Amino acid sequence: MEFLRILIRRVGYAAILLLAVIVLNFIMVHLAPGDIADTIAGDMGGATEEVMAEIREDYGLDKPMLVQLGSYVGGVLQGDLGHSYFFNQPVTKLIAERLPATLLLVISAQLLALIIGTLLGVISARKPNGITSHFVSLLALFGYSAPVFWTGIMLLITFSLLIPIFPVAGMVDVTLEGGFWTRFWDIAHHLVLPTITLASIFLALYSRLCRASMMEVLGSDYIRTARAKGLSESQIVLKHALKNSLSPVITLAGLQFSAVVSGAVLVETVFSWPGLGSLALQSILARDTPTILGILFFSALVVIVGNLLTDLALRLIDPRIRNQS
Amino acid sequence: MNTHSGTSAPALLSVKNLRVEIKTRDGVVPVIDDLSFDLPEGGNISFVGESGCGKSMTALALMGLLPQPAGRIAAGNILFDGEDLARATDARLREIRGNDISMIFQEPMTSLNPVYTIGEQIAEVLRRHQGKSRKEAHARAIELLDSVHIPSPQLRVDDYPHQLSGGQRQRVMIAIALACKPRILIADEPTTALDVTVQAQIFDLLTELREVTGTAIILITHDMGAVAQMSERMVVMYAGRKAEEGRVRDVIQQPRHPYTKGLISAVPHLLDTITDDRPELLEIPGIVPPLTEFGRPNCLFASRCDSATEKCQAARPGEIAFDNGHSSACFYADEMQP
Repeated sequence: MEFLRILIRRVGYAAILLLAVIVLNFIMVHLAPGDIADTIAGDMGGATEEVMAEIREDYGLDKPMLVQLGSYVGGVLQGDLGHSYFFNQPVTKLIAERLPATLLLVISAQLLALIIGTLLGVISARKPNGITSHFVSLLALFGYSAPVFWTGIMLLITFSLLIPIFPVAGMVDVTLEGGFWTRFWDIAHHLVLPTITLASIFLALYSRLCRASMMEVLGSDYIRTARAKGLSESQIVLKHALKNSLSPVITLAGLQFSAVVSGAVLVETVFSWPGLGSLALQSILARDTPTILGILFFSALVVIVGNLLTDLALRLIDPRIRNQS
Repeated sequence: MNTHSGTSAPALLSVKNLRVEIKTRDGVVPVIDDLSFDLPEGGNISFVGESGCGKSMTALALMGLLPQPAGRIAAGNILFDGEDLARATDARLREIRGNDISMIFQEPMTSLNPVYTIGEQIAEVLRRHQGKSRKEAHARAIELLDSVHIPSPQLRVDDYPHQLSGGQRQRVMIAIALACKPRILIADEPTTALDVTVQAQIFDLLTELREVTGTAIILITHDMGAVAQMSERMVVMYAGRKAEEGRVRDVIQQPRHPYTKGLISAVPHLLDTITDDRPELLEIPGIVPPLTEFGRPNCLFASRCDSATEKCQAARPGEIAFDNGHSSACFYADEMQP
């Protein structure tokens, strides 16, 4: 019951936050010069002032900004994100087609980074001066300083061209026929390189943090108690220490959600991954305001949901947070 | 439990010439230097001394929990029921820890794992050493909480440590330590972090449980009052060495080492309860020497001692024995005035 009440309250906050995001995005996008009329005129090879004004009137761009904002927010509240001028489709439909691919990439990258990062952190905390520890430090420095598109391109060259074990681009092999599992493994196969690329930045962060927090926990009094009970080393590390050292890592993972989403834009472009990122690039170039706004809305939603999940995960791990409210 | 009863059995625990070394930046330091003592089955012994005298190190050495990789047992034996723990494997030590020898610590506030229920933390040690099932261990955990006088144990068993007071947490630590009916309980300053009233309750509880279980208790403390209440024998440690050992009554009435004498005169009321005198409260001037001086071949207390002579600066005093196993590592132990 307690849990449900907190969940409802957090969802309420999230809704208010989302509304603010919509309004701010709308204003910012409209402050930028250029609109769809410029793009259409450009495609037509030039147009007179009258034609431009006509296009603007057609799309309702001649009305005052406040009125436009009002009708946009009203639409969003009813689940209508507007119509894309450029793709000539409802924005909701456009995004619904692309969102799953992005979610798949973001979630697998976060999970990979968290699991491998924690694993490396634990191993290197056990022997802070051992070879694994130095390897993790090196990996962290590399992962953090290498630009994500460069990492992506290098992986592509290595594992798609020189050693062709992974596909070069896209999410599915269109020539492939088969049932659910064939498709599943096909997508998984395509997912490997983009996931590793996106995870590389965060893997480094998480493993460093996990190493530090694990070392701190291993020196604490309750670990000495666990040793005094005669528990085995693996029970001490995996049961008593790990659960305590995960909190900072999960907190950071939550904070990094927005960075993962924006990193996904770059990775999707490199690997031609059919997600929101490549859609964002196209719609920005086309000045397709409704699509841009829709993508920003969903990015914000992903980040907010990610943070919500982080909070819930922390609650599950630490009874002290559970009992606070 | 009583495998040796009836025979002239060796002591339950017999520490012989124990030397523990710690690697520091300034070199290897003997934090425990030539320590010997015996503890009979069901006996009680206290270790006293200032901070940094090697009391806690002694406890950790007995448990096989010396800080790694800096600490090691360099020489001597720790004979527990005839088995030398100083040479035992890690696996064997893990079998003994929490089962035959348990320990409670100074900081009850941080000694329990914050993310597991206290019931789980008690049950865990039962599952580890007695092979109990989850259900049995949980039921036994409730009984143990009851035995350390936690009210409504069947409700509190699912509490997390942060829901308990310091005194209650120390009771839980005692429940964990006594869960497998150990033959020795090491209590390392178990009440230092607690309120005075709670301190008395914890000592009462330990006394009560000792009578019920027959567990031998090694109490490490700098509270002379606690020593007088809890123990039959005491060892006074100074700079990693045994300064004096004997029955508590003998040592307090007639200390045979100037350091012991200093410790006693620094405690109010202690003598008042035994004699009618109201001696002045005195402090021991100076501090425990730095670790780097621990290995020196002289009396390490000489720099703080009123009656130190050149001999004290030149050579390390051996043990002089008196009645009832009373002994002192002072050249002038014979001449000390009570």
